Amino acid sequence: MSSAATTTYVLRGARPLGGEPVDLVLSGGVIAEVAAVGAASPTDAVVVDATDLVALPGLVDLHTHLREPGREDAETIESGTRAAAAGGFTAVHAMANTTPVADTAGVVEQVWRLGRDAGWVDVHPVGAVSVGLAGRQLAELGAMADSAARVRVFSDDGRCVDDPILMRRALEYVKAFDGVVAQHAQEPRLTEGAQMNEGVVSAELGLAGWPAVAEEAIIARDVLLAEHVGSRLHVCHLSTAGSVEIVRWAKGRGIDVTAEVTPHHLILTDELARGYDPTFKVNPPLRTAADVEAVREGLADGTIDIVATDHAPHAREDKDCEWAAAAFGMTGLETALSVVQQTMVDTGRMTWADVARVLSAAPARIGRIDTGERAQGRPLEVGEPANVTLVDPAARRVVDGAGQVTASTNTPFQGHDLPGAVVATFLRGRATVLDGAPVEAAEAQGVRA
Amino acid sequence: MSSGAAVPTPPPTTPGPHAEAGTVVLTAADISRALTRIAHEIVERNKGAHDLVLLGIPTRGVPLAARLAERLVAIEGASADAALDPQAIVGELDVTMYRDDLHRHPTRTIGATRLPASGVDGKVVVLVDDVLYSGRTIRAALDAISDLGRPRAVQLAALVDRGHRELPIRPDFVGKNLPTSTSERVSVRLAEVDGDPGDGAPADAVVIRPAAGATAAEAGA
Amino acid sequence: MRHLLSTQDLSRPDAVRILDTAAQMAATQSREIKKLPTLRGRTVVNLFYEDSTRTRISFETAAKRLSADVINFSAKGSSVSKGESLKDTALTLQAMGADAVVVRHQASGAPHVLAHAGWLDAAVVNAGDGTHQHPTQALLDAYTLRRHLSGTALAAPGASGPDDAAARGAGLDGRHVAIVGDVLHSRVARSNVHLLHTLGARVTLVAPPTLLPVGVQTWPCEVSYDLDATLAGDTAHGGPDAVMMLRVQRERMSGAGAGGGAFFPNPLEYSRKYGLDARRLGLLAEHAIVMHPGPMNRGLEISAQAADSPRAVIVEQVANGVAVRMAVLYLLLAGSDEAEVAGAPAAATAPLAAPVPTVERVPAS
Repeated sequence: MSSAATTTYVLRGARPLGGEPVDLVLSGGVIAEVAAVGAASPTDAVVVDATDLVALPGLVDLHTHLREPGREDAETIESGTRAAAAGGFTAVHAMANTTPVADTAGVVEQVWRLGRDAGWVDVHPVGAVSVGLAGRQLAELGAMADSAARVRVFSDDGRCVDDPILMRRALEYVKAFDGVVAQHAQEPRLTEGAQMNEGVVSAELGLAGWPAVAEEAIIARDVLLAEHVGSRLHVCHLSTAGSVEIVRWAKGRGIDVTAEVTPHHLILTDELARGYDPTFKVNPPLRTAADVEAVREGLADGTIDIVATDHAPHAREDKDCEWAAAAFGMTGLETALSVVQQTMVDTGRMTWADVARVLSAAPARIGRIDTGERAQGRPLEVGEPANVTLVDPAARRVVDGAGQVTASTNTPFQGHDLPGAVVATFLRGRATVLDGAPVEAAEAQGVRA
Repeated sequence: MSSGAAVPTPPPTTPGPHAEAGTVVLTAADISRALTRIAHEIVERNKGAHDLVLLGIPTRGVPLAARLAERLVAIEGASADAALDPQAIVGELDVTMYRDDLHRHPTRTIGATRLPASGVDGKVVVLVDDVLYSGRTIRAALDAISDLGRPRAVQLAALVDRGHRELPIRPDFVGKNLPTSTSERVSVRLAEVDGDPGDGAPADAVVIRPAAGATAAEAGA
Repeated sequence: MRHLLSTQDLSRPDAVRILDTAAQMAATQSREIKKLPTLRGRTVVNLFYEDSTRTRISFETAAKRLSADVINFSAKGSSVSKGESLKDTALTLQAMGADAVVVRHQASGAPHVLAHAGWLDAAVVNAGDGTHQHPTQALLDAYTLRRHLSGTALAAPGASGPDDAAARGAGLDGRHVAIVGDVLHSRVARSNVHLLHTLGARVTLVAPPTLLPVGVQTWPCEVSYDLDATLAGDTAHGGPDAVMMLRVQRERMSGAGAGGGAFFPNPLEYSRKYGLDARRLGLLAEHAIVMHPGPMNRGLEISAQAADSPRAVIVEQVANGVAVRMAVLYLLLAGSDEAEVAGAPAAATAPLAAPVPTVERVPAS
């Protein structure tokens, strides 16, 4: 299982975290050397011209829907992880709402194994909190934790664990193996039939409203529960200004809570629902401009710990229909870094070091994959696993869903001109992306772990 | 509406054709004489104004019908026992919804149809239009009339017959036969519709122009 | 005019033109022979995903009176639950050569998707979508209001009937309309608020706070929780010139209904606070009219006395619905497509078009 790569790479003139240029030497699956530009010259090395490129630790997504098993027409583990690599990721957490649900050791091990075989990124399955995501009975959390997949993140994502007793038990139970419950905060009674953010736009469009309070009420309850039982809580894709306030308050109180925001909630608003294009139908819904500003602020000041994609590919027929009939979700793996650059870096609110924190180090730590031989989210230092992403911050590209690596086309950024491009991705020293394109299996034959 | 395409609005009714090149083929006095003659012919043909209904076809057929009705009353008023009311024998007949060329033009605004209180059943209906051309408007008018009742007879009066008929239709009463080429435009101006040109020129006129520059006053059917 | 999806898309000239055309259509409907050849050869599909016999029959009558071929496509079950997708249905209608699709759908925005997804060339008429819009209902309401609140109908309260001559070309400037009831779930209310505002009327929505949408404060209308106060009027403005009662579904009161239910305690309390009964009828100005889009819940939002009073124009609304829908179909289907695609005022490109509307005039003597 050692993933020693055979090729040695010199990333010449790369700027780690946007800092001064250096040569990064990747060899034997680790960062072998960090040298002055031009100083590194190992024999038989492939030299990658990384002039003006920012080097980041390989990105880690805590929230990806790979759809396999069950909806291989929308995405497979192969296509989804390749898209992840193209987006600069070296690890993803695969959500549990598959068919069958990832609520047993058998299913999570299958996902883990398929991910390993695909070889594009490390796939860490997320286990369901409740059997069948039904919210009634705890799934076999311990068995999943002890399985080969070593599950540490548990979530009924797509459904809220709304029963307070079940939520309390889950929070308590995962302490035994340092797990975390990642809650999809959505009060079900307040969101029956809900289609979009409740507000001015929903009133006009006649689409059933999804009040902010339905998210905030659950987060408020959960942080208090987490405090009471002394557990770790992760809040998935928070989307409202009120949610940011509650998490800020909880952190100030010392509660062990982390929170994520999606790229789309950093930039898109509910105004986009006006054309009834279901591409913009997502859970949680796109909110108002004030909410967008609040989540940016929360991300900048550390209230929100991470950006996670909530990459949700859907088969075309599930989006090519009337709004109410359409599925919730949008793709995001291949646009996440660009959106973060546009909203946070180019606006001066975050540095590239902050980007490395919110898209790599922090999600790896929350998922407890930041230690060991296959550690993710580590600093770009000698001896660390060679998980590296090279980004050209000066590049611009117009997003075209049909041209993306993911098997689905439901990107909300179709036609958008976004900054930044992933030039290369290295997973433990092996190039998964070079020159902006995935390194196909044939070329990488025999070097895959 | 949703597509952003404008709903076509009626063009302004001020024609201003006198500012353009064109030959006046009927002056106000000519028009008046022609109408008087037609009125006499109608009375002669129908042996009086008894049971007559004049239906003007919008837009300019309507004032022409009204003018004819006045003349008929004047002619018959002397002899008839009961005084005729011009309003009682004149109406207007909008044929828009009976046209066979709706698909060829932007959506037309529908005009009013108004019949005299006596209706058209058993009457002699005289259709009145300004310019007779292809005959298609009259074809539509005949259909429209048949939906309104069953006249004893239908006759046709036109101020100008410019030829180029596309249907077997001929006028019973004509103000002036005007040989034209199809590229020419014939415009009828009437004070009731087009107002006073305001430059001393008489409000009423029939003008012929060589193609293009047509206005709403142009009668194409 | 390519589609009719929402009253928000209608400018004032658009709206007035539809109402004026409807008046001419209405005039033809008092004749013995009501059928016109206008849309001969055109195909109108009534695509109904929800049962609405009234609306379907009204559209069907309108299309048939204009000699269009009518196909009724009753889509039982929707793509939300089962059956053919909206897209496949649209492609089928396209293949059948539909010139207009009149669509009623439980999903808000479905007509918008039909019109803009590129599945279909036909003109799309929204016959009610979810809780979004029902533009022809609002147009027939506006038409009814205009007949009754113009000219002599207003000047001599109660003394005379509708004044069609005075109504022609007019808006509803200065008139005050109260819309009472379940605004939250009402596409009729949404359509009316925008259309009546466009036509110059002042609109007051009257409802319990539970039946008003979050965000209503941005609508071009006023909001009241008190029906009696609205009917009585204040010193600055008189009471309303018309009261439009919205249907309230009894099942909304229970705690188990869609969207959470429990919108009001029980029907009795609703009637007491928001029902139009004989006493409230007495608060209205003499010329004021009572409207209801139907079907009515007698005894809930409207009492029998109010529904059957001479002020109620509810039956006339139904008749006007046919004329308004004829006008809409005429304006969507009668003209050429080509001339309007450019988006320029069509009259400018085709001088032969659009004779000026006739007005009755006294011949020069």
